[in-house]
Amino acid sequence: MSKTVFPPSIKSRPVYGELEARAGSGHLMIADAEGAEAILDLAKSADAAFWAKAHIIYIPKGTGTKYSSQLEELGAGQYYAGPSYEAAQSRIRRALLDCHMGTQVYLTGTESLMGQAMAEATAAGIPHTAIQTEHRGSTARRMQCVHCKGITEDVTTDPFECSHCGLSLFVRDHYSRRLAAFQGVRVDAEDPGNIPEKVELFK
Amino acid sequence: MTIQFNDETFHGDFTFKNSDWAIKRFPFPFHEDSYMYSVNMEPHKSYRPGSVFEKTFDVDEHYVAEMKDRARVLADDPLRCQSLPHMTLAGWDLVELIMEAKAAEYPDLFELHKDGNRWRWINKPLGIDDTFTFLDESTLPYGPMEYITRQTQGDFAVLDQRDDNLWMDAGMVTTQADWSLDFDIGMNFFEWHAPVPKAHEMGIFVRALKFLLNIQQGQPARRLNWTMTVNPLLDTSPENYHKWGTMKQGLTMENIGEKQHLRVELQTFFRLPRSNALVFPIRCYLIRFEDLVTVPKWGRRLHRVIRDLPEELATYKGFIDNRPLMVEWLSQYDDGSPTSDGIWPDD
Repeated sequence: MSKTVFPPSIKSRPVYGELEARAGSGHLMIADAEGAEAILDLAKSADAAFWAKAHIIYIPKGTGTKYSSQLEELGAGQYYAGPSYEAAQSRIRRALLDCHMGTQVYLTGTESLMGQAMAEATAAGIPHTAIQTEHRGSTARRMQCVHCKGITEDVTTDPFECSHCGLSLFVRDHYSRRLAAFQGVRVDAEDPGNIPEKVELFK
Repeated sequence: MTIQFNDETFHGDFTFKNSDWAIKRFPFPFHEDSYMYSVNMEPHKSYRPGSVFEKTFDVDEHYVAEMKDRARVLADDPLRCQSLPHMTLAGWDLVELIMEAKAAEYPDLFELHKDGNRWRWINKPLGIDDTFTFLDESTLPYGPMEYITRQTQGDFAVLDQRDDNLWMDAGMVTTQADWSLDFDIGMNFFEWHAPVPKAHEMGIFVRALKFLLNIQQGQPARRLNWTMTVNPLLDTSPENYHKWGTMKQGLTMENIGEKQHLRVELQTFFRLPRSNALVFPIRCYLIRFEDLVTVPKWGRRLHRVIRDLPEELATYKGFIDNRPLMVEWLSQYDDGSPTSDGIWPDD
């Protein structure tokens, strides 16, 4: 089971729920990796009419074909599998643009995927009440370096090295929905070179 | 009085200095010998002539140097000033609020002449004489919020009000106590305060938000906040933390009086008329320890406050490592005698 229970945290840190099939004029589902499991769980309570109005955008990441054939067999009106979030981004934007009043949006998988797609959906004017989220799979974080502003994906340790400027950063829980990222701050700013040993906090 | 503007710096050689006048009017933030969070709001009414509470937007001897420092920081990092697209009208509200207040309260320094929407603004200390059309962005060299806040001391957060919350959707932030506008822009009141320890559990932010949502036009409010800064550095930003963090090292009994500064924020809150936004100026005042202890009551009280401050707060405010040294140095100025209520000096 890849569901995650996150420890209580500060108020800027997002919280996620569980997807449920809701009545809607359309169903846009954006998922990565183990997020497929949340869609497959939801499928147990959705009928063929639901899937006819669904559009699944799926990024398997490291899971290969483990879930993609099952997702494809759900019978969604549109199904797409892409190699990365960046590759899928223009399709996601277009799909959001095509949403009609009453479309339900379902986001599931990693925080990076949900955060970025949430920002796109909000920018496209989808009301937050029409967006559901469910975390599945990796708890690796998408981090912004506060110093150079570069984003490092899939961070699993604290501290970690910024993939842009190379500074060692500690991982904060402070989260920006606009950037869909947590904040990373130089860990040895007050005592350069004094970098604590890396701890694997996220998997 | 006519203000003599200092030629001074807030970085590099740090030539910032408070005159005796500036020391006497410093907004000492502790009204008793201990400190804990509270919703310490009061009406922003003119109070005690000569104090920082007298004018709507206080102008002091650091004005010109602070504006030069702001321009330097912005040239280095333009993301310190941002405004989401729906906040332009609030920017114009702010132009009007500041220009009218400064022209009325400092007629020897600022003038505003209106001919319908054609406005002429004269800022003598900065040598500015601009004519523009109110509400027409194309007639100003910057967006309206950036234009006027390049000429006004203090950081500015401009907050949109919707869904019973306040949203930090615009700001000019170059003199901040270690928070990033670029990261926090678009957050609501609880989100941007998320990293503050204890205060959420104490219900501080729920009560403060309720108060702020109800601020009416013409009835601004204010409060003081504080932290500590080594060297008179206005730009203690997270963006540059990897450059200034090391300054916290190397304090000694010999140099702490000169290098360690109490940093006080005079925070004010104004409802803006057209946009219904709330503007939240955060004005930073710095004073070195050795100047602060020239007021005996302040020296005694600061010693007690810093000594007894809960560890979480000293950590959050970033001086936990230097606290023992601060307390040792300040103890020289605490003879144990009682202090009077309130923030003002006894004499």
